[in-house]
Amino acid sequence: MLLIHCPYCEEERSELEFRAAGDAHIARPENIAAISDEEFEEYFFLRDNPKGLIFERWRHIAGCGRFFNAARDTVSDRFLRTYKAGEPKPALPIAAMTDETVVETYEATEGRAE
Amino acid sequence: MADLATRTLPLRGFHGGSAAVRLTPAAPASRLSLRAKPDAVEALSTALGLSLPTRPKASVTIGTRHALWLGPDEWLVIDETDTDLGSLAAAAGVLHSATDISHRNTAVLVEGPGAAAAINAGCPQDLSLKTFPVGAGSRTVFGKAEIVLYRTGETTFRVECWRSFAPYVSGLLAAGAQDAGH
Amino acid sequence: MSGAKRTVNADSKGGANRIPGKGRLTPAKTARFTFDGRTYQGLQGDTVASALIANGVHLVGRSFKYHRPRGIVSAGPEEPNALIDVMRDNARRQPNVRATVQEVFDGMTVASQNRYPSLTFDVGGINNILAPFFAAGFYYKTFMWPKQAWKSVYEPRIRAAAGLGVSPTEDDTDEYASRYAHCDVLVMGAGVAGLTAALAAAATGARVILCDEQPEVGGALHYDAGVTIDGQDGYAWAQDAARRLAAMDNVTVLTRTTAFGYYAQNFVALTERVTDHVSRPARSAPRERLWQVRAKRVVIATGAIERHMVFANNDRPGIMLASAARTYLNHFGVAVGRKVGVYTTHDSAYEAAFDLHRAGIAIPAIVDSREQPGAEVLAEAQALGIEVLTGHAVTDTKGKLRVSSITVRRVSGGSSARSIVVDALITSSGWTPSVHMFSQSRGKVAFDAETQRFLPGIYAQDCVSVGACNGTTDIAATLAEAVAGGELAAQAAGFSGSARLELSGTQAFAWTGGMAGAAYGAGPEDDVKAFIDFQNDVCAKDIRLAVREGMHSIEHIKRFTTNGMATDQGKLSNIHGLAIAAETLGRGIPEVGLTTFRAPYTPVTFGTLIGHSRGDLFDPTRKTAMHEAEEAMGAAFEDVGQWKRAWYYPRPGEDMHAAVNRECRTVRETVGMFDASTLGKIEVVGPDAAAFLNLIYTNSWDTLKPGRCRYGIMLREDGFIYDDGVVGRMSDDRFHVTTTTGGAARVMHHMEDYLQTEFPHLNVWLTSATEQWAVIALQGPKAREIIAPLVEGIDLSNEAFPHMSVTEGQICGVPTRLFRMSFTGELGFEVNVPADFGPAVWNAIRERVEAVDGCAYGTETMHVLRAEKGYIIVGQDTDGTLTPDDASLSWAVGKKKTDFVGIRGMKRPDLVREGRKQLVGLLTKDPSVVLEEGAQIVADPNQPKPMTMLGHVTSSYWSENCGRSIAMAVVAGGKARLGQTLYVPMADRTIAVEVSDMVFFDKEGGRIHG
Repeated sequence: MLLIHCPYCEEERSELEFRAAGDAHIARPENIAAISDEEFEEYFFLRDNPKGLIFERWRHIAGCGRFFNAARDTVSDRFLRTYKAGEPKPALPIAAMTDETVVETYEATEGRAE
Repeated sequence: MADLATRTLPLRGFHGGSAAVRLTPAAPASRLSLRAKPDAVEALSTALGLSLPTRPKASVTIGTRHALWLGPDEWLVIDETDTDLGSLAAAAGVLHSATDISHRNTAVLVEGPGAAAAINAGCPQDLSLKTFPVGAGSRTVFGKAEIVLYRTGETTFRVECWRSFAPYVSGLLAAGAQDAGH
Repeated sequence: MSGAKRTVNADSKGGANRIPGKGRLTPAKTARFTFDGRTYQGLQGDTVASALIANGVHLVGRSFKYHRPRGIVSAGPEEPNALIDVMRDNARRQPNVRATVQEVFDGMTVASQNRYPSLTFDVGGINNILAPFFAAGFYYKTFMWPKQAWKSVYEPRIRAAAGLGVSPTEDDTDEYASRYAHCDVLVMGAGVAGLTAALAAAATGARVILCDEQPEVGGALHYDAGVTIDGQDGYAWAQDAARRLAAMDNVTVLTRTTAFGYYAQNFVALTERVTDHVSRPARSAPRERLWQVRAKRVVIATGAIERHMVFANNDRPGIMLASAARTYLNHFGVAVGRKVGVYTTHDSAYEAAFDLHRAGIAIPAIVDSREQPGAEVLAEAQALGIEVLTGHAVTDTKGKLRVSSITVRRVSGGSSARSIVVDALITSSGWTPSVHMFSQSRGKVAFDAETQRFLPGIYAQDCVSVGACNGTTDIAATLAEAVAGGELAAQAAGFSGSARLELSGTQAFAWTGGMAGAAYGAGPEDDVKAFIDFQNDVCAKDIRLAVREGMHSIEHIKRFTTNGMATDQGKLSNIHGLAIAAETLGRGIPEVGLTTFRAPYTPVTFGTLIGHSRGDLFDPTRKTAMHEAEEAMGAAFEDVGQWKRAWYYPRPGEDMHAAVNRECRTVRETVGMFDASTLGKIEVVGPDAAAFLNLIYTNSWDTLKPGRCRYGIMLREDGFIYDDGVVGRMSDDRFHVTTTTGGAARVMHHMEDYLQTEFPHLNVWLTSATEQWAVIALQGPKAREIIAPLVEGIDLSNEAFPHMSVTEGQICGVPTRLFRMSFTGELGFEVNVPADFGPAVWNAIRERVEAVDGCAYGTETMHVLRAEKGYIIVGQDTDGTLTPDDASLSWAVGKKKTDFVGIRGMKRPDLVREGRKQLVGLLTKDPSVVLEEGAQIVADPNQPKPMTMLGHVTSSYWSENCGRSIAMAVVAGGKARLGQTLYVPMADRTIAVEVSDMVFFDKEGGRIHG
């Protein structure tokens, strides 16, 4: 169970108090009624599934109730930073990422099997 | 005109606990869900007669009235007497939202040396006095229910929950209290 | 201690093999228990294993595959063989308990497993004779053909033959508890290293939790009598240290507590066995307690596990680990035999021999495959007069139900075999650092070539390993490492200062030696059964076979042979298997690699994992304020999510159908009352409340005047219907929003999401008020006259209070928000009162309802009545793929609006194309036939399969008021098919239906304004 730092409560709380809410920094077009089908597709349906750094929205639903953003490493599951909604995407040097990009799993070793 | 309707309390008849923890339903109270932006806090504080806390997990108590910080624009105001808190807030004349939740919530008082252990049966927060001191308050989870946890003393807590969750919350507290006795 | 011989006293309490004066148990405290029906006497503090050995019982089980007789191998959690069934009664019974961990208590009932009909005669033993057919991969290869036979023949037989132990059939009556805990430093393991680290960390003031799986602290000091710490006997020092720790406010010492899972961010799961050792536990006491610990730092001090020697027939009862024999002797005062042979490649086994010898046990020989054992132990053996056969190996054993002799040969070959009579054989091929928890923490192990061990390598979490699990064996080095580890952990957790703990330690002998893999004489011949995994009956030859068959990855070898896959998770066997695989592959051990350790470290009961979450505490059961009043009226309830809702109110002699028909008639003829409290309610407050609702709903809210209500539709951004409900405007800046019962929580979340992240500029706040209000719906021609005398300050006339109005006033002397609205098509009101007043107001209304022959109705009648009017239920008639137009709700979409959630999504090409599935009514040609909800609809019932499905039935009821069945359905191009005949093919017949509009009753809609 993860510990997540809530930028509003200013402390780490159990994952049980939180709910994930998808990708961050995807702004709803202000002229949404006027955008093309392709623009709507891009806005609503298309998401990356990166290995490594991802920016996500979380809500401290059983806490302060606030939505906030998080930079997380999808390989180690580690939270690199959390920040308040509306704040800009932080510049995270690649060095901030864990060097542990290889995780020992059955699947990983299976790939090396002869 | 019919007779005045009487109140039926959600935790009527509930009692429980162990040698280490006493559980009692809290008396009916006036409760307000108060929402406001920072610039309204001072006026609302004056109107309610207590300074609304602005730090996470903080609370302020004056007499029978308590204000708990639940979020950056949210407070739970509890008055242990029958008081129209909404009207008091309205008198502040500043932008805010006040919703009466006196009947939405109910509370269990958890007292005794095993109180924290009983609550930790379902609450993942660190309830040491260092991290959750007397006066700390927080919305959190208790098993599969959402609660507001409020520490009123070193070994006393008030556990607020929505009324339909009260049987579950009190039941899990009773289980935790029993375990805390061992 | 001198070498003076003592004789075994057959009369001694707690078993004939108990040696007076040895061990730490109290002879006066006895405990009687039964094993396979025979009564034995042990001592309190015994494990089942020590008590059985004390009584001369070594045979405790049959092996999994070959049903070979098996005995106790270890004295700890690594035990692969001695799995027993422990029973207090039929409900409190557990299979697969390790006899080496389970403590005896007076009156306990123990049974052996995996044997039929008895332990000494087992018909499954035929598998041992048929062993050539049971090679590794046997199941995969043998049962491939014929294909059908797998399900009908092979699988059921294999399932019956496989598995260990029998599940209890009755509900477990024990209590299980669960607790979250937080600490600065969690120390796993309370041996020398763990205790020392805990002392060092605790001295800084840090909050420390120290856990150990055994009943007492001490770890290896249970057997290692040669250690002193600070001049004190090691074991006594450990108990003293534990007492000092337990007395500190900042320390929690948990014995009988196993750390079994190490998860992200130092989240560690412990299971505490609270009463498994107690003869008559208090009913209120939990049997087990799950601790979910969040530690700032973790100190891993889990020690090391001794490995057995791999040689032919090394599995006979009486053959065990050297350290186990030492534990039974030094801790339990039990002799594992009277003539105990020793087979080793490691010095530590010598110390076991010395201790046994000094206790009066004959040691016929120490067989050591090394030419050069450690000089110190060799000298001591010679001094004690024990024969040491260096450069020798045990190549076979004999004995039916217990080892009776061993065959010894020179490793270099040449000389002939020698047979030595023994009644026990203790073996050691060295020690495997217990890196399980480190590995679970996602740390990566590194192979230490010099000592041929895997040790903690790269750390993934905030933890440190100290002592034997870190490869440190010297006592002084262990103490220093543990002090530093404990201090650093506390400092890293934010505590300053040092304990200035200086502990001195001595040990009798330094240890050298060890090997991994098959010993001399363990093959490569295929007929030699040299076991590496006792529980899964995996032999050295099976690993070799796996490699020959093409399994070159250790993960494949593991799965092909099942090595290390049993309940002991390869604690003894993993390294042996790996070494044999590496040798066969001609590669180094680190190149072959270790399999990943996963939770749990040792088996954990379902009770521990479930904890309090069962029965009433499995999930919250939510009841409305009026629940008891409804129960008193005889209501039947249905589950709606977590809620219990009154479903129908049967009268004597009525079944559900009759009750619902009566309720439906009564509402339309007179009046019905209904508990609508579970509908979600959200208070939307602020100057921008209407602007916010404009964005959330398809409807326009600017035009809604205070005191009026409107039915609203909410979409997701993709244009599909998400929820619906009536919204009342209480004042300019306050709305009372209602949602579906099931949608309450997610609609609130959805609205908060948009408010906080997309429209944060709006001055508006949302508060859930679902449970603030008890809601009583009054529906029917007499609804007004029911509440008229009860309300105060409200003009109920059509003029003052028309359909879709809301007002505040009093009812029965308490405040109410009164709605004039209807979900039945009748004149209707919804009385909202603060929930505590619900029952009183309900009863007051009920009195008046019954006086005019009205009735209470439940959710089933509510469903029928709304269907008669074609009102949809979101989630039943819609499924997340219907647009407002599909549901004929386009009228609720504000045509002039430039923005709302879903405005763009609902215009996507696929959502506006012709031929979409649309909600329509269906009337069966035979009015008495009621369609099944979910039934498929086709145009041509004679079309060959697969038929073209046009849609399905979403709602279907018998309508007493219409005198016929009615249904709603989604049908492709449905609105253009009005009047068409379609078909609903069922298993036994095809039902013809006519497509209709969705209003089946009071098409003009006049009644609602009555």
